[in-house]
This record gives sequence, structure tokens and C-alpha cells, in this order.
Amino acid sequence: MATVENQPVGYGRHRRKEDPRFVRGKGTYVDDVSLPGMLHGAVLRSPLAHARITSIDVTAAQQHPKVRAVITGKDLEGLKLAWMPTLSGDVQAVLATDKVRFQGQEVAFVVADDRYAARDALELIDVEYEPLDPVVDARRALDADAPVIRDDVEGRADNHIFDWEAGDRAEADAVFANADVVVSQDMVYPRSHPAPMETCGSVADYDAVSGKLTLWTTTQAPHAHRTLYAIVAGLPEHKIRVIAPDIGGGFGNKVPIYPGYVCSVVGSIVTGKPVKWVEDRSENLMSTGFARDYLMHGEIAATRDGRILGVRTQVIADHGAFNATAQPTKFPAGFFSVFTGSYDLEAAHCSVTGVYTNKAPGGVAYACSFRITEAVYLVERMVDVLAAELGKDPAELRLQNFIKPEQFPYEAKTGWVYDSGDYETTMRKALDIAGYEELRREQAERRERGELMGIGVAFFTEAVGAGPRKHMDIAGLGMNDGAELRIHPTGKAVLRISVQTQGQGHETTFAQIVAEELGIPVDDIDVVHGDTDQTPFGLGTYGSRSTPVSGAAAAVAARKIRDKAKLIAATMLEAAPEDLEWEKGRFFVRGDPEQGKTIQEVALGAHGAFDLPDGMEGSLDAEAVYNPPNLTFPFGGYVCVVDVDPGTGQVKVRRFIAVDDCGPRINPMIVEGQIHGGLTDGVGMALMQQIAFDEDGNCLSGSFMDYLLPSSLEVPDWELGETVTPSPHHPIGAKGVGESATVGSPPCVINAVVDALSPLGVRHVDMPASPARVWAAMQGRAEPPA
Amino acid sequence: MQVNLTVNGDEVTREIEPRLLLVHFLRDELGLTGTHWGCDTSNCGTCVVLMDDEPVKSCTVLAAMAGGHAVRTVESLERDGTLDPVQQGFIEEHGLQCGFCTPGMMMTARALLDTNPNPSEAEIREAISGQICRCTGYQNIVKAIRWAAGHPLEPAGDTGS
Repeated sequence: MATVENQPVGYGRHRRKEDPRFVRGKGTYVDDVSLPGMLHGAVLRSPLAHARITSIDVTAAQQHPKVRAVITGKDLEGLKLAWMPTLSGDVQAVLATDKVRFQGQEVAFVVADDRYAARDALELIDVEYEPLDPVVDARRALDADAPVIRDDVEGRADNHIFDWEAGDRAEADAVFANADVVVSQDMVYPRSHPAPMETCGSVADYDAVSGKLTLWTTTQAPHAHRTLYAIVAGLPEHKIRVIAPDIGGGFGNKVPIYPGYVCSVVGSIVTGKPVKWVEDRSENLMSTGFARDYLMHGEIAATRDGRILGVRTQVIADHGAFNATAQPTKFPAGFFSVFTGSYDLEAAHCSVTGVYTNKAPGGVAYACSFRITEAVYLVERMVDVLAAELGKDPAELRLQNFIKPEQFPYEAKTGWVYDSGDYETTMRKALDIAGYEELRREQAERRERGELMGIGVAFFTEAVGAGPRKHMDIAGLGMNDGAELRIHPTGKAVLRISVQTQGQGHETTFAQIVAEELGIPVDDIDVVHGDTDQTPFGLGTYGSRSTPVSGAAAAVAARKIRDKAKLIAATMLEAAPEDLEWEKGRFFVRGDPEQGKTIQEVALGAHGAFDLPDGMEGSLDAEAVYNPPNLTFPFGGYVCVVDVDPGTGQVKVRRFIAVDDCGPRINPMIVEGQIHGGLTDGVGMALMQQIAFDEDGNCLSGSFMDYLLPSSLEVPDWELGETVTPSPHHPIGAKGVGESATVGSPPCVINAVVDALSPLGVRHVDMPASPARVWAAMQGRAEPPA
Repeated sequence: MQVNLTVNGDEVTREIEPRLLLVHFLRDELGLTGTHWGCDTSNCGTCVVLMDDEPVKSCTVLAAMAGGHAVRTVESLERDGTLDPVQQGFIEEHGLQCGFCTPGMMMTARALLDTNPNPSEAEIREAISGQICRCTGYQNIVKAIRWAAGHPLEPAGDTGS
């Protein structure tokens, strides 16, 4: 059987250090945590989208022989915990006290001896509701007669959350007024859900003697959560230990703090026992962080010969019942203002209006890089709409309008400064892999035969690695991340990081970063994460920020160690430091390569029995907190080939070509794996996934029978390519890639679907392009018959 | 009620509630937490185990229904310190990321290879189509199972080709 020989010391295709435990079923996910005396919690949820609670009777539940506690919003009021702050400066009910505001909202929490008994007891709680009219359609949320959802906030008389804009409206209006061609298109980026395979959960263990709370929980941001628990619960921060064990996928779903986590903590405090709470799949889909839900009107202006001049958009953002989106404070619409995309424009303007509806809270989740999915979808659809209007090839139109390599750093019309790029090379590579011209010839032949073959092209620019603390914070916490590196006397190392893997392979790639810098073998470096008592502070993993931020911190810490090691090596070699040269893993005397010290020898020296240089402390440790000077801007060119069944409207993705540029790849195997996953997500969003509601606010997508995710049969073998354009400001030039494919692929698939249907006069199809919706579009209808 | 079954070759007898699901029996009663739970509705397949060598979704099998049968979980794949080729294939071909769906995928793969030692890519995709992975986009899972097909179990095993 193969072992781990011949693996690179540094960057390269290194097998993952995580895998040996996972393939043996020896991972430790939250639901695998079992403590002596542990009790089990379950949440009672609202069956209605909008209703006043007139009474809650828990007597029968309390009398259940296995029930240890029943907690309601009224109980939490006494602890000042009925409401908790959200990550967007709003408040959210932990357990409802006055009204329920979405179907699935948390109403009561039962703690029992086992998970079945806890569920049984939920049935014994009697809640009386007075139904209220719900707000389901975000477009009607600001109507004068719309029911006011957030009457908990004093003085609130409407469902308006925010108005936000970017770009120069007057400049954009002038460009549009003078343009040869202006086309517009309404489009919906529907509500979806990241649906990681592991649902959310926690095990809370409060020690009344020491006053210490240990919380195993599904979190992508253990440190930020600890700080917020300290603020929410009034517990001293040093008495809270948040442990994120193995996390079964996150994709943004595990960024927020959910009421169930808080209830498990309260349950443990009340009962004096550890309390486990793990939601079921319906709870996950109906109540936790949804994604997208942007209703967009896009406009694009161009000259007759295809020079794109400007893009405008107005958006209604459906934020659900509580504004609980997790995004930098100054960016209520996330980074949506990168909707200018990859093009050199004269003007751009966007305005976003956020509204409350009677739906689950959330909003920024699901590998979106803070709303860049929506932004890229908008601009990439608009470019295709323009191409159709002008009768130009969509690939040619993009190539004509790309920002040129010599224009970087490029300041977009909405203020972003793109760090580096070579878009044309990347796009042409994707077209080459696809055999684009041959595909167009094939398409023409098939169209002659009445077949519906579509070729989609898309190009994206992302903005990831949030971010510079001057501009970016979440709940007041600057978006920096740390790394602490310790080299043991024998030259083995431990790296402690503030970010949190959910499958990204940090235990491998972060060891590779240190290995590349210091020449220590990857397997000699342990990476510790997911435990706030053991790791430095930082904001966690989402928005493709681990490598851009904490990865930079790891490299900086390693370079500090190399600098110190050089001085120690010089002492050991009785040479001047400036006479030493570095080859990976070893200092040697210039001109006398035999005279040298390996990093391992230096590590022993750093702890050894001889005098270090004057003023130097022993040991070989370093730490760094990285404050990015700018975001990084990965990009990619994608091509998708679909076949649409003319009889049913079923879309089959035949091929998908993705050429990504994320700068240097620390572990190409892992990067490719992340791209595969993101492309699959994109196909799912484009064709299958939607969290839908009926007119009463009932969630119609509360299980995997109704919320369709791609299986192995819906996706093709992915065809990948790469270009490498380093970030000029990042210590290792890396840009972050986790969300690129999720951002870039949905417009590519929809562009392909629309291209397939274009002979029928179709210019746009909303996501998900289900058979019914595609078939309706083929009949000239916007939507399938009800 | 009492249930008697074989789990990973060991005879097991337990007093259980009749409604207890097999996935919870394995995880909570036997501490075999390698089998995961993901959806309640038989859609995601992270709970797949083998019952008499057939893949079943243990979230929709009662523990009582497993009485008299032989159940195999991910914990049984490694033998005498040697990984099953399926396990090694998932490592070699990067067939996993978060690892949550992996035990179910590997058990299905084991069952597939036991009956079809050299499956085509299409046959592999069909075999795992009742299971969801949110991380890998399936391509490397397919490659992992192909890798395992190319490195069959030694004949000494009870299921090898």
C-alpha cells in the first residue's frame, strides 16, 4: 500500500494530513462529542410565518419523565437572553416572546435524557398563535399596507432595512443617456441554502465551579463566536472556550450564531449538565443562514461596435425577518459593488434596498465572497444580453472589453483597486480547451436539425481576503487573522492558526506554507486550529479569506523565524550573518557550501547549551497578525456546454471548462478539488436549488426531497486549466480560491441555457432553470403554468 | 425489545426502543460514530452501511430490522493495520474534503467493487447517485473508486476479487 513517501517539502500535490482519520471514520464532528451525563436538546419551531403568540403552556412537557428542562422566551427574558445581536447590527429572537416572524422560528427548547425524548416532549408543548398576514414577496415589503414585521423595534413603521449605493449616479446617467445601445434585464438570484452535509449543532458544558463554559460547535469562526458569546451571555471571555472540531462542510452556513447554540448553553447552565443540540435537516434548511435572494434590475450601455460603457443596477435584497447577514459592517450589500466585473468601464452605479420579509434570516452564506456571486451573475448575464442585442459573439465581446494587463492595479468605478490580472490570456485558454470555434460549428449543425445545444461563456473577478481593518470589521472586530509558529528543539513544528477548516485542508496547506518557507517537511509540522484556548485570535474562514489572511500570517511568522535562525546559524558557524546563504532548509557559508546548518540543527541550537547572539532570547518561535493592505482579486474564464431536451426542457450539462487564476497554488490537488466542488454548486444553483415559499410563507424546500442538490449524475467531469498571476501585495502571492467556482459558474450555465434557447427568441431564464421553467420559456412564457 | 445482530463481525445484543433507527443504534449505543447522519429522508446517503453486504441507508432502517443480519460500517474497512483499497483510493485521488459523506461513499464503493470489480465511470456514478457530496463535485470520488478497482483486495480477504 502506498505511503507518504515522495511528497513535496513545500508547495505541491501533497496528500492531505486530514485524510487518515476521515477514511477510518475517526473524525470528530460535533455530534460525535459525547460527555458523561450529557443531555439532549431540541427546539420547538413555529409552524406559521407570521403570528402573535398568545400563550405557551409547557406543563405537560415538563411532566415528561425524561425531561430535565423546558425553556421559553419568557425564561430567557429573565436572563436578558431572549434577543441576541446579529452580525449586522440588528437583533434576533433566540426564543420568540411576542411574535413569530418566519416558519421554523425558534419558540421553545427542551432538554431531556436522550434525543428521542426531547423530540417527544416538543409535541407536549401547547402554543396558541394568532395568525398575521405575512410578507412573502420582497417587492411588496415596502408597500404602505404591508404588515410591519419588526414591531419589536420601537417606532418602526415599515419593513425597510437599508438603502445603499456605490458608484457615481450622475456620471452613469450621463453615459447611459449618450450611449448608442442600452439594454436592460430583470433577473432574480433566488434564495438558496448552502446545506452542508453536517447540519449545525453544539455541545455546551458549563462548569458551575470554575465558571468556565466549553462549547463544541459547528463554527467557521470560533474566535469571533467566543467574543460574541461573551457579549451576548455576559460571560467573561476568558471563561469561554469554543472548540470547532471537525466540521462537515460550512460554505458560510456556519458563520452566524444560531439560537440553538445559545439554547444549548442556557440548557447546560440550567441543568448543570452538558447539553447537546443538533438540528435535523429540515431545521437546517428552514431556519439557518440562507443565501442570495436578490431581485435585480440590470442595465448595460455600449457603443454600436461593442465597447461597453457602463453598468447600472437596482436591487431589492430580501434579508428575511432579522437582518442577520454576516458581512463587514460598512458593506450592507457585501461586496456587491464589484458588479462592474472584469471590464474597463466609463461609469457604474448600483443601489441596493434591503427589506424584511417573513422568511428565515441570513443572507450572506454559501461560498459567495460577500455577495460577489450576485454581482458576477448580474454583469455576466448583462454582457450576454448585450451580445444578443448587438449580434456579437459573447466571448469576443468580453475579450474586447476586458481590463488590460497593463492597467493593473486597476481602480474600478465603484472604488475597488484590482491588484493584478491578465484576463485575456485566461479567457483564451478556456476557449482553447473548449475548442470554442469547433463547438460553434457543431452548434450550427445541431440547430439545423432542431437540436438545442447551448454554449455559455463567463468571466469573473472576485475580491477576497477581507480585509484591511481600516475598512472591514464584523461586529466591530477587525478582519485580521493570526498565526503562531513554534519550532521544537528537534526541528519539528507546531503552527497555531485562527482560521477554521471545514474541509479545505488547512492542516495540510498551512503546513506546506511553513515547509516552503523553512524547509521543514510537511509531515513534521502540526497545524492546530479550532480551539480558542489554543490558537491566536482571528475572524475565521469564509469569503475565501484563509490563505489571503491567515496564510499570509503563517508565511510572515515563518520568515521571522528564518531571520532569527540566520543569526543563530551564524553564531553556530562562527560566521557573519551577511555571509550566509539560504537554500530551502539550510543556511550555508557563501563560497563554502559544506559549512552549513540545517534548520533542524539551528532549532536545537536555539534551545541548546551555548550563548546566543547578544540580546537574543532562546527558542525558535514567532507569531504574526496579518492586516491585509488590500483584498486579492482572483479571476477565471469559464465555458459551459449544455443540451436542452426540446420535449421536456431538461438541461444536461455536457461539458464545463474552468480556467482559474488564483496566483500560486500551495497544493494544486486541493485547489482543483475546491474548484470541482464550486462548479457543482454552480450547476446546482443554476438548475436545481431554490428555497421557495408559498403565499402564506410556508417553506416549500424543507427537505432534500424538495431542495434538490446535484448528484453524481447531474454533473460532468470537470475540465480545468490554470494561469498564474500572483498578487503583488500578498507575501506568497496567493489569492484565495475557495469560492471562485461558485461565483463564476452559475452565470456560465445560464448563459449556456439561454444560448441554447436563443433560436426561440429567449433572452433570459431565471435560476433555477428547472425543466418546467425552461419549457415555459420555450413556449414564450416567463413562468411555468401554476 | 431485544435485538441481536452482527456488527463488523461481532455479535451484539442490546435492549432498545422499537423505534430506534439503525444510525442512532450504531452511533449512540455502539459508539461507532464513523457512520454519519445527514437528512432523515434517505436522500443524502451519509448514513450508508452494509447490511448483508448490501448498502442501506441506516437513517431509514430501524435497528430492530437489522436483527439477525450482519452490518458492516466504515470502522471495519481497515484490516490488520492495512487500509481497504477504497480508503487508500480516497486518499490518493483526493476523494474527500470535509469527510462527512466519505464513510457512506466508501461503503457503497466497497459493495460495488465486491459485485463489480472493474466498474466503468458510468457505473460508479450510478452506484453513488443516491448519495450527496457537497465538497468534491464527485469527480475525485469516481477516480478514487477507480483507483481502488485497480488495486484489488488481497485474496485472503473475504470480499476480494
